[in-house]
Amino acid sequence: MTAPLISADRICVRFGGAEVLHDVSLAVRPAEIVTILGPNGSGKSTLIRALLGMVPLAHGAVARAPGLRLGYVPQKLAVDRTMPMTVRRFLSLPVRVSDAAAAEVLARVGVEGVANRQMAALSGGQFQRVLLARALLSSPQLLILDEPTQGLDQPGEAAFYQLIETVRQDTGAAVLMVSHDLHVVMAASDRVICLNGHVCCEGTPRVVSNAPEYRALFGLGTKGALALYQHDHDHDHHNGHDHDHGHDHAHFHPHRHEHTHAG
Amino acid sequence: MLDDFTTRALLAGLGVALAAGPLGSFVVWRRMAYFGDATSHAAILGVALALAFQLPLTVGVLTVSLAMAMTVSTLAAKGWAMDTTLGVLAHSALAFGLVAISFVPGVRTDLSAYLFGDILVVSRTDLALIWGGAALVLGLLAWRWQALLTATLSEELAHAAGLNPDRERLVLTVALAVVVAVSLKVVGALLIAAMLIIPAAAARAMARSPEAMAVLAVAIGGLSAFAGLQMSFWQDTDAGPSIVASAAVIFALSVLIGQMRKG
Repeated sequence: MTAPLISADRICVRFGGAEVLHDVSLAVRPAEIVTILGPNGSGKSTLIRALLGMVPLAHGAVARAPGLRLGYVPQKLAVDRTMPMTVRRFLSLPVRVSDAAAAEVLARVGVEGVANRQMAALSGGQFQRVLLARALLSSPQLLILDEPTQGLDQPGEAAFYQLIETVRQDTGAAVLMVSHDLHVVMAASDRVICLNGHVCCEGTPRVVSNAPEYRALFGLGTKGALALYQHDHDHDHHNGHDHDHGHDHAHFHPHRHEHTHAG
Repeated sequence: MLDDFTTRALLAGLGVALAAGPLGSFVVWRRMAYFGDATSHAAILGVALALAFQLPLTVGVLTVSLAMAMTVSTLAAKGWAMDTTLGVLAHSALAFGLVAISFVPGVRTDLSAYLFGDILVVSRTDLALIWGGAALVLGLLAWRWQALLTATLSEELAHAAGLNPDRERLVLTVALAVVVAVSLKVVGALLIAAMLIIPAAAARAMARSPEAMAVLAVAIGGLSAFAGLQMSFWQDTDAGPSIVASAAVIFALSVLIGQMRKG
């Protein structure tokens, strides 16, 4: 197995007295799409912030590959109405890029022609694509997306995940995503990590969706929808995408859940 | 040319406008209006201390303003309920300053000069201080411009790009204290925040990029200084309030123009 781009080793994060993350370990390797799934308040965003080095760790460590180029798409970005900001100008933050590079990356994410629009005037879908475009400008080896489809409708969401998959194919970038919705995201992932303060279970979308921990967290009502999307996933797979790293069933470790409650 | 007090007054006003334009834009974007109030009101306490300990005025004002700006900035970073906290700090700083100044003999009569400015008596030394301070602030902002904009848009985005949002906040904090110290003579402690906010707010309606807004804010601030001084000469009004009133009129016009463009 290749060396991970980023990894967390048994990290704990505490806010005040409350432990938000307990003993979380994960690793993202080149070109794989990993989704962190969990209900609201499960520490998903905190985990991302910990990986980015934005919150202090009470325990454990985060390691990055040397010289890792990282692209980050935040959960939401409120461009204050008092701040005039065109898409073109936004793409040049914090590193200035050429007009040609800006036009190219906008075309790649499917929003050519918005360069001179104000950020505040974009639709939700366009806005998320511009955020992604900005993250792509540094030619990242790893893209980190925190609930990138919040506020998008279902077709918009599906289209966005399709775009992520395309980006991965074109650039070979690994993708680490956070989501609280289980549907479309499952199809787009090689590996799913189910989080609820600790890692409940981990594996391919199919393994996770059958795991008792996962069902306990999300209920059984979604089983039909999952089956549907799993079918999509397999279908994609047969189209010839090479997911040699994505189907490692051995990652499944149900004991951690029990262990946590005992401690 | 500098022998003419009207020329010195205009140059002093332009110097303040030069620094207040870009800094004021950040104050508006970051919604730091009360932050400006607290820092500038603290200047009165600085005046009292300088007089009591026979220090140069600028040293006393700069010290106390910097201390206040740092306090507020630290509280903000710790997530205190800012609106209330800042309101308390801003008004208590003013009150304590006014109380302290009552203990310094012979100052009470000059008090309005510190509260509302006394631009018509700026000396060559004052001018050198104002322009030196303005150059310092402009240099600081130009040096950190890209990082400041990124951190203003989103601290997470800045963090992911390897920037330190706390450091950028410190840059603004120091710049604010310097602007307060050099503006005291021109518009007075009560109206310094107005010179930060009003020109920048007026520039918003006409600007399409952050840079355009900062430059326009300088122009509007300069125009206000000119118009206010004219009014002061011909109508014998107080210069500081006249400058701020002129800025307010320009703001009202810019809002009207903005509305008409939309409609």
